[in-house]
Amino acid sequence: MMNSSLVMYDEDYRKLLAIIQRLAQDATAKGVFLVDTNGQMVAEAGEMQGVDTTSLASLTAGNIAASSGLAKIIGEEEFPTHFHQGQRDNLFITLVASRIILVVVFDERSSLGLVRLRVKKAGVQIAQVFEEIRKKAEREQASGGGSPFSEITDDDIDNLFSE
Amino acid sequence: MSFINYSAREINCKIVYYGPGLCGKTTNLQFIYNRTNPEVKGKMISLATETERTLFFDFLPLALGEIRGFKTRFHLYTVPGQVFYDASRKLILKGVDGVVFVADSQVERMEANLESMDNLRVNLGEQGYDLDQIPFVVQYNKRDVPNAAPVEELRKLLNPTSSSPDFEACATKGTGVFETLKSTAKMILKDLRSMSR
Repeated sequence: MMNSSLVMYDEDYRKLLAIIQRLAQDATAKGVFLVDTNGQMVAEAGEMQGVDTTSLASLTAGNIAASSGLAKIIGEEEFPTHFHQGQRDNLFITLVASRIILVVVFDERSSLGLVRLRVKKAGVQIAQVFEEIRKKAEREQASGGGSPFSEITDDDIDNLFSE
Repeated sequence: MSFINYSAREINCKIVYYGPGLCGKTTNLQFIYNRTNPEVKGKMISLATETERTLFFDFLPLALGEIRGFKTRFHLYTVPGQVFYDASRKLILKGVDGVVFVADSQVERMEANLESMDNLRVNLGEQGYDLDQIPFVVQYNKRDVPNAAPVEELRKLLNPTSSSPDFEACATKGTGVFETLKSTAKMILKDLRSMSR
């Protein structure tokens, strides 16, 4: 279980960033965020400067986890899409490949229909990138190592905590 | 489950504070939040009831510094301690890298401590984790109360083989709070290292 750490290299990140930047443009969205189901922010695009993305990621993951729990209670596997309508801004949240959460923030310049359409296409592309990441992780595990942490010493760790 | 991001040169880990209701999990996070520099911490989120009991979780992101050019970030979560919030506790344990068990030292909370420890073991098991295999630290909190049980007694019940580091604490005053956190973070980093070798 613990070995299933998510390891993302620069090339994977660039691919994901390109996909969500295109999505932000095509869906006329204010912001697009990719969040790991454990609450880590993976990538963000759009015009939403200054948003507390760490909190956004943690709350999104909590939200998805809670609704997934609700789904199971009533006999559903998952609620893969969520829509929150606000006075000005709206949220469209999709679970991609059961592993990653795509969050789109949009206002009156866009519409739910357009966002839904564009998210569908982007979701497939994002799932492909995560499949590549998964395969890469498997290969690396098989070949043993590659992590920067194989080289760290006790001193490195202790230094982190020196006052 | 840690997240290693080569692009941002970051490593993110998740620590969950577990324990019975009113044992001081949120107080631990509040003390950490109040005593860390603004550039090190993010916003603390508490999803609580009107009476300030944790409803879903508290969340505090911390950046501890760099290791070999990688920023190390720890996301601290608490679970709701009250027995009937079990479904929420299970969700919060998802993807955990290390657990702190906050025990309430009061004699009359012994049973609640044991029940919560059993609950932790079961809920971790459901997620595919073994409590004996993951980074785990025990904190004996509320050492300052007059009806506190002796530490030896608590240890016998909650850390019988002394296989996990344990600390005495008084979270309201901050005693033992950072020691607990540091010990857990170190164990997680050492665990990551051993997994990558």
